[in-house]
Amino acid sequence: MLIDFFFELRRAGLKVTTTEFLTLLEALQARLADFNMEQFYYLARLILVKDETQYDRFDVVFAAYFNAVESALDVAAGEVPEAWLRRQAELLLSEEERRRIRSLGGWNALMETLKERLREQSSRHQGGSKWIGTAGTSPYGAYGYNPEGVRIGQSESRHRRAVKVWDQRQFRNLDDRRQLGTRNIKVALRRLREFARSGAAEVLDLDDTIRSTARNAGMLDLKLVPERHNAVKVLLFLDAGGSMDDYVRVCEELFSAARAEFKHLEYFYFHNCIYERLWQDNARRRTQSVSTWDVLHTYGSDYRVIFVGDATMSPYEITYPGGSVEHWNEESGAQWMQRLLAAYPKAVWLNPQPRRRWDSTPSIQLLREMLGERMFALTPAGLDAGIRALSR
Amino acid sequence: MSARFNGTDRYVATDDLMMAVNAAVALQRPLLIKGEPGTGKTLLAQEVAGALEAPFFEWHIKSTTKAQQGLYEYDAVSRLRDSQLGDARVHDIANYIVRGPLWECFEAERRPVLLIDEIDKADIEFPNDLLRELDRMEFYVYETRRTVRARHRPVIVITSNNEKELPDAFLRRCFFHYIAFPDKETMAQIVDVHFPGLKRTLIREALEVFFDLREVPGLKKKPSTSELLDWLKLLMAEDIPPEALRRGDARKSLPPLYGALLKNEQDVHLFERLLFMSRRGRQ
Repeated sequence: MLIDFFFELRRAGLKVTTTEFLTLLEALQARLADFNMEQFYYLARLILVKDETQYDRFDVVFAAYFNAVESALDVAAGEVPEAWLRRQAELLLSEEERRRIRSLGGWNALMETLKERLREQSSRHQGGSKWIGTAGTSPYGAYGYNPEGVRIGQSESRHRRAVKVWDQRQFRNLDDRRQLGTRNIKVALRRLREFARSGAAEVLDLDDTIRSTARNAGMLDLKLVPERHNAVKVLLFLDAGGSMDDYVRVCEELFSAARAEFKHLEYFYFHNCIYERLWQDNARRRTQSVSTWDVLHTYGSDYRVIFVGDATMSPYEITYPGGSVEHWNEESGAQWMQRLLAAYPKAVWLNPQPRRRWDSTPSIQLLREMLGERMFALTPAGLDAGIRALSR
Repeated sequence: MSARFNGTDRYVATDDLMMAVNAAVALQRPLLIKGEPGTGKTLLAQEVAGALEAPFFEWHIKSTTKAQQGLYEYDAVSRLRDSQLGDARVHDIANYIVRGPLWECFEAERRPVLLIDEIDKADIEFPNDLLRELDRMEFYVYETRRTVRARHRPVIVITSNNEKELPDAFLRRCFFHYIAFPDKETMAQIVDVHFPGLKRTLIREALEVFFDLREVPGLKKKPSTSELLDWLKLLMAEDIPPEALRRGDARKSLPPLYGALLKNEQDVHLFERLLFMSRRGRQ
């Protein structure tokens, strides 16, 4: 029972587990859904889906699976305008199916059959919500999922809610199919930890208290120490603009996770490759930039460096003076990169470009060599490997 | 104890929310509630407790909250102090075990309702530390070597504002419900529940302005239900006539007392800029 539905959900990429599926069956056994489709939909969604961004995917699967069973064709045949039916069928049918219909005698014959079938059914069930058609390839029954199309019975239906809840797809804009969320970024960043005590003494130091109480002839002598903090220092260099626009979202998430995780985090933006100036505010990059020399002199070599960028550009932008697309640079990007890497031996580059494109892009090759292969993809696995390399 | 939750005279619950609460109560699973701020997530637990006539416990989570604090804390410092003063209580370690909200809830006489509010505020490992407790409804007190078991499995409502994603293992044990923003019909019901005597016309005009405002693109914080209710309260207190709201839609002029609806300086600026542009466009 419902096992096909379960596997449909899994095929759609929903992380439904056996336990949850059994819970759903338990809920059905407890008669929580009352043999009502809408109630069942709510119940299944409640138990099987754990994230509102997945609601939409669930709705699609639910519609595809159950609308094949329970079709919404509850409008009597006479009320359905033929032109509309034709359009609906056109929207739904594949090229191959259309060809088959033509072989069945064309549209008119098809419509006749449909009307006949509708009449038959409404007379047998007094105007109720009789399901038309067979699941699968039958054009009438396949009231399949169709986001753009018009739905039968949307207006003037005897039922108050003609459009099924799951067909409304009201959670569509919540679906994002993201690969890398703030949670797994944070979990990965956690590897980069160096605990140290600094700041105000607020936490009871039990060992020291016992020692000094004993020394104090048993009179209590409380000793406090500062709380442990993550003392690792991170410099983040982010590529902004141009080809990075596609990856703004993932970079924002990485940035916000890093901000929350590291107390000592400094960040700078650059464009394509690092040259003599960096900036901290994209809106005011023209007026408020800092010299890369200043950055090199301000932050000690105990800082870890993370570059984030697609590293996709013309190789000249890296290797030649004056190669920058935006200004005249006296020294080449490669020279600046080497300076940074010499000052900060612990550095990695995170690249949001898909891994398969790396080998065919010369600029990525160049930077990879410069970094000693410490370039990693901005995916959960890549981030993990990158942070490992950084903490070594 | 009444068997079903159907909303209360102060809280309007939609069909799917009712299903969520009733299923969580019947199958004894924690219910995780997410939704835009101000859609009544925290209020829900109180109302459920009221409707089920159950004792109500709250545990508000902060960024520094540890899972252990919900169970119990061993007050070693008090014991140390008492030992210095020769207090007889010092011989029983149980005197220094301070119960947390979860323990209190486990000891309740009748089936209680427990609210764990804003679980996403805590450290990312926090939910993982509560897995066993929520699963088995029991925990072990190391200091006194005893296991505390829930006398009645509590109804647990957990709210989250989506600041952090929750771990899968935790999610699998919960039922999940996302409170969608109410449609106009539900909103009118909600307003009616809170302000029964309100003039029909004022409600209608106010709701128009409110939903128009939510449509304005680019707002950082869209006004939500609780903001609407505050705003209506102000409108009534100031005795603003419905006609004042009708004067131009929300896209063209700032609604009176807009401070209750727009909470963000940038949003107010954005809105004023849009107004300016639309006026200039008309000239």
